[in-house]
Amino acid sequence: MTSISMTVNGRKVQASVADNKLLVEFLRKDLGLTGTHVGCDTSQCGACTVEVNGSAVKSCTCLAVRADGATITTIEGVAAPDGTLHPMQEAFREHHGLQCGYCTPGMIMSTIDLVKHRPDVSEAEVREAMEGNFCRCTGYQNIVDAVCAAAGKMKGAGK
Amino acid sequence: MNGFQMLRAATVNEAASLLQEHQDAQLIAGGQTLIPSIKHGLARPAVLVDLARVEGIRGIIVGAKNITLGAMTTHAEVAASADVRRVMPALSALAGNIGDRMVRNMGTIGGAVANNDPAADYPAALLALNATVQTDRRKLSAAAFFVDMFTTALEPGEIVTSITFPLGAFAAYEKFRNPASRYAMVGAFVARDNGEVRVAITGAAGVVFRFTAMEEALRKSFTAQTADSVVLSADGLNGDMHASAAYRAQMVTVMTSRAVTAVGRLQ
Repeated sequence: MTSISMTVNGRKVQASVADNKLLVEFLRKDLGLTGTHVGCDTSQCGACTVEVNGSAVKSCTCLAVRADGATITTIEGVAAPDGTLHPMQEAFREHHGLQCGYCTPGMIMSTIDLVKHRPDVSEAEVREAMEGNFCRCTGYQNIVDAVCAAAGKMKGAGK
Repeated sequence: MNGFQMLRAATVNEAASLLQEHQDAQLIAGGQTLIPSIKHGLARPAVLVDLARVEGIRGIIVGAKNITLGAMTTHAEVAASADVRRVMPALSALAGNIGDRMVRNMGTIGGAVANNDPAADYPAALLALNATVQTDRRKLSAAAFFVDMFTTALEPGEIVTSITFPLGAFAAYEKFRNPASRYAMVGAFVARDNGEVRVAITGAAGVVFRFTAMEEALRKSFTAQTADSVVLSADGLNGDMHASAAYRAQMVTVMTSRAVTAVGRLQ
């Protein structure tokens, strides 16, 4: 067991965790943040994507002990404190960028990271850049529409 | 997942002593291969020595004649570096096409090189560009470093600290990606430096290799047509559920030809 502390969605947390505990298990089971999903558990589907120190990562392929000291944002921390949705969340709702919704938290976390790094991302680039997120309902068209719409708004808002 | 103890090192020396103290220990860099391997029971280390906080082995240094990438430099950092894009665009593009963006945010060049996956991208760049692998003990040429499938010339407890690529070659990398894993089913890295041509192939066999017959032909005539006419024997190539050996042999020619075209555009 190792003692770790980190900031998750703006809240300081401390815990003692087994060295082999995955970050996703820590977030879901220890912190109760079940918005982060486990899809494939083999680093392919991206449902478990969270932001660690400003970069999107697959939390099923990170160890909780290695996130000691990190600043983490999960899907629960994306909206404003007053409940106003992030432009990416709003765009997914507006464009119906989901079917069953299981992949949606990972889609949103990964595309926020994408647009943050590439504000002028084109539709073709969105399709290419989302290769690490699978939608098993195959609802990609509306997801791509949502990301492109959000990119425009995020750029305007300087987010 | 199998249990293990995680030990953090702050320096390369400390990591080396931890490896010496714990004979069953393994290094963890980005963990993008190691963690899935432990989940699947393919690796069962009792102790992991964490390189994430080791000083001095992360970052990009561009010199007059070469570029050095610290072992813990992530693929995302290499892909995003304006310096790398300027002095070696082929390396920048290669790094930007490894796995997906989340994997690139964690995966490192040192980890990729030390793991020596037969379908990894970086080994082809190291071999074609005559790179040097710096460890905590010595320097190794890429040709001496990549020995066999998942096997390198690293001795027990030896730590990769950086990779140095000489500058000057015109180079391009083309790969046919497995659409699910995004590993190279076949990748061809072509480097042209004055009259010299080197072609390194990954994904096709047990370990990265130089396609010497192709190099000789391209030395005489550096064109895509020439590349199209050189065929690799399928004997000894990988055949699996994704592609037969014969298909991979064909892809070696196709990917090399595309890379030759891309190099031609640079010159």
